Amino acid sequence: MTSTNYAYLSNYAIYSAMVLFTIAFIAHAVEVAFSVRNVDEKTKFDFSRTKRSGNLGTVMMVLAFAFLLAGVILRGISAHRVPWGNMYEFSITGALAFTGAYIFALWKYKIRWLGLPVAIAVLLTLGTAITILYRPSAPLVPALKSTWLAIHVSAAIISGGVFLLANCIAVTYLILDRYESNGGRPTWALKLPALDVLDQLTYRLVAFVFPLWTFAVIAGAIWAESAWGRYWGWDPKETWAFITWVAYAAYLHARVTIGWRGRKAAWLCLFAGSTFLFNYVYINIWGTGRHTYSGL
Amino acid sequence: MTTTTELGAKSLASWLWRQLTSMRTALILLLLLGFAAIPGSIFPQRSQNPLKVSDYFKSNPGTAKFLDQLQMFDVYSSPWFSSIYILLFISLIGCVLPRTLEHLKGARAKPTLTPKNLSRMEFHSEIDLGSLDAAEAWFRKNRFRIRRDANSISAEKGYLRETGNLVFHLSLILILIGIGVGSLYGMKGDAIINVGDRFINIPTSYDVISFGKLQSEKTLNPFSLTATDFKATYELKTGVPSDYKLTVNVADPVGSKEISRIIRVNSPLTFGSTKVYLQANGYSPLVTIRDKAGEIKYQGAVIFLPQDGNLTSTGAIKVPDMNPQVGFIGSFVPTFARNSQRGAFSTYPEVLDPRLLVSIWTGDLGLDSGNPQSIYRLDTSAMKRIELKTLKLHETHNFGEGSITFEGWTPWVNLQIVKDPGKIYALLGSIFAILGLLLSLFTRSRRIWVKERVGGLGLEIAGLAKNSAPGLENEIAALVSEMRNLGK
Repeated sequence: MTSTNYAYLSNYAIYSAMVLFTIAFIAHAVEVAFSVRNVDEKTKFDFSRTKRSGNLGTVMMVLAFAFLLAGVILRGISAHRVPWGNMYEFSITGALAFTGAYIFALWKYKIRWLGLPVAIAVLLTLGTAITILYRPSAPLVPALKSTWLAIHVSAAIISGGVFLLANCIAVTYLILDRYESNGGRPTWALKLPALDVLDQLTYRLVAFVFPLWTFAVIAGAIWAESAWGRYWGWDPKETWAFITWVAYAAYLHARVTIGWRGRKAAWLCLFAGSTFLFNYVYINIWGTGRHTYSGL
Repeated sequence: MTTTTELGAKSLASWLWRQLTSMRTALILLLLLGFAAIPGSIFPQRSQNPLKVSDYFKSNPGTAKFLDQLQMFDVYSSPWFSSIYILLFISLIGCVLPRTLEHLKGARAKPTLTPKNLSRMEFHSEIDLGSLDAAEAWFRKNRFRIRRDANSISAEKGYLRETGNLVFHLSLILILIGIGVGSLYGMKGDAIINVGDRFINIPTSYDVISFGKLQSEKTLNPFSLTATDFKATYELKTGVPSDYKLTVNVADPVGSKEISRIIRVNSPLTFGSTKVYLQANGYSPLVTIRDKAGEIKYQGAVIFLPQDGNLTSTGAIKVPDMNPQVGFIGSFVPTFARNSQRGAFSTYPEVLDPRLLVSIWTGDLGLDSGNPQSIYRLDTSAMKRIELKTLKLHETHNFGEGSITFEGWTPWVNLQIVKDPGKIYALLGSIFAILGLLLSLFTRSRRIWVKERVGGLGLEIAGLAKNSAPGLENEIAALVSEMRNLGK
């Protein structure tokens, strides 16, 4: 098969993954919506009625992950390199890392309730990727030709996926926290975990991924040293990677050393995560530094 | 008595300093450092792109002047940015050093006394079986640190958590030292050389060079290199570069036997702590300029600067040795195309169908005025334009005062030469920082206490996990079941 064939196959795999994510999205939406029942003029929540729908959602999510993985790998084969050369490729790999983080957390912490927001976030990412960010599969520019590409970018993408997941949980925390302080959770949210569980889960994810992000930044610095002649130059992308690092470091200190919990910690986590997103979206597309590999 | 009170007051003060002031201040400083870094990504920085800064001054002079007073164009070397990170590191040292000493002391100390009331601790359980000896054996097998008292054992595990934490923070200090050494003893310079030319590593060979505050200009490594070949490979369809390969003959020291080496974008040439990077490339058209009498007044390669991805390049040729003086503002187009909107432009970065476009000026080049001039620009304030001409390869054009011949071209490369003796410390610091971080975030620190039950057989067991790390419950359950099994 030629490179072009592989590139087409990759595109088909990505489209299929999107269809599967859509099914997962519908299944999770049905799971939430149809479990509401009115009993004696009171709205109640009964998830046993929609358990199958939830299961279907999970199965679709896992299948979609497999297709997405295939799409990313085929993209790499078509370009004869790791598939991290432009923003389209960063985005599909980011979506893959994010889904992977969700499935991993699902297996470890029973967080199927996150399926709905995860499906929405992935569909948005992939939708943007194939419509706005798509670029034909092509070889790398000389500056990207390095083993560090695989190391630095994969670490950054996986960190990004987990940061995004932690942010989803922190947002859920803040929403539920607001409901609880205004008289209680609405029916649909009754099934969701207790606040301190969410708080702890956010912390676990950040504590797990913070060393990886540190590594991504350091690997980037080592690579910059060999490609650009300096390991740190306050390039906009470097600056924002540093800001993200500092913000998560602050989150970990606030939580572990000072003992912040709950609302304050969730806001700080959300802030840290948004510096990452800003770096990814804004600096990649409108930035002026040396990291402008979006291909746009 | 006085001394103990004094000691008490001192340790109380240091405890307060550590627990309250330091950590909270450090956190605020940390966040402040993050915010302070933002303007540097919004405004152009002199250290990265001085041209953009001067453009900014031209387009918004008022704002630029105001911003400049706030050092918004030199954020990362500004006093306010430096003061934040210096304060942060003082706070860090103030926090980490005492903790390191305490931790070292703690390494030899025994775990704390068993608390009186175990039922207040986590996972409290009582069993009718078991003995302290058996519990101690289990703790030893599982590598707990133990304090055995008359009727209790206090066991502790996860000492490495704090070790990792301290290693991480001490490593940050090492990174900062590395950055400091680099900026004091480092050196950085750029030189553009034509392929075929030799570069000798002395300050005058550079276009731009800067030294660290404590770095002498005489300590440049005495090497020379000759660019023998430069090959750029491009994607046929898009013109996007896919590889740059520079071949050089290196003599280290100057005059010794030359060795052929290759420099690529991601693989610089190394001389000790000095590295030579391939940073940019372009074309130098080769021209011959003759006067009316046909005598050669200028001959050679003139470096032109690329203006777009297809390497349409512009530059200036100055011939002061003619009367009146002659200057050319030139465009070198490697693969020629022309349309009504853009005029002449290049459609591909390789030289396939080259043209040299010149506008010819006569008058005073202004070289004697004493004002420094860019070699890429012509100062036409005292000059008059005679004509415009597009030259094909090997074409000669007579412009009255003389003639210009477009003889050919040669590629040029921009070498960046950097000496940074501090980066090894920064690298070591980074490696230790990651190891420390992993150790501290993935080591669970917990205590387990075992006590003989008052007035009867059996044991009381309870524990405490720092940061409510998971897994202690299972561990205590394992200890309990071991005691039960032994009892059978």
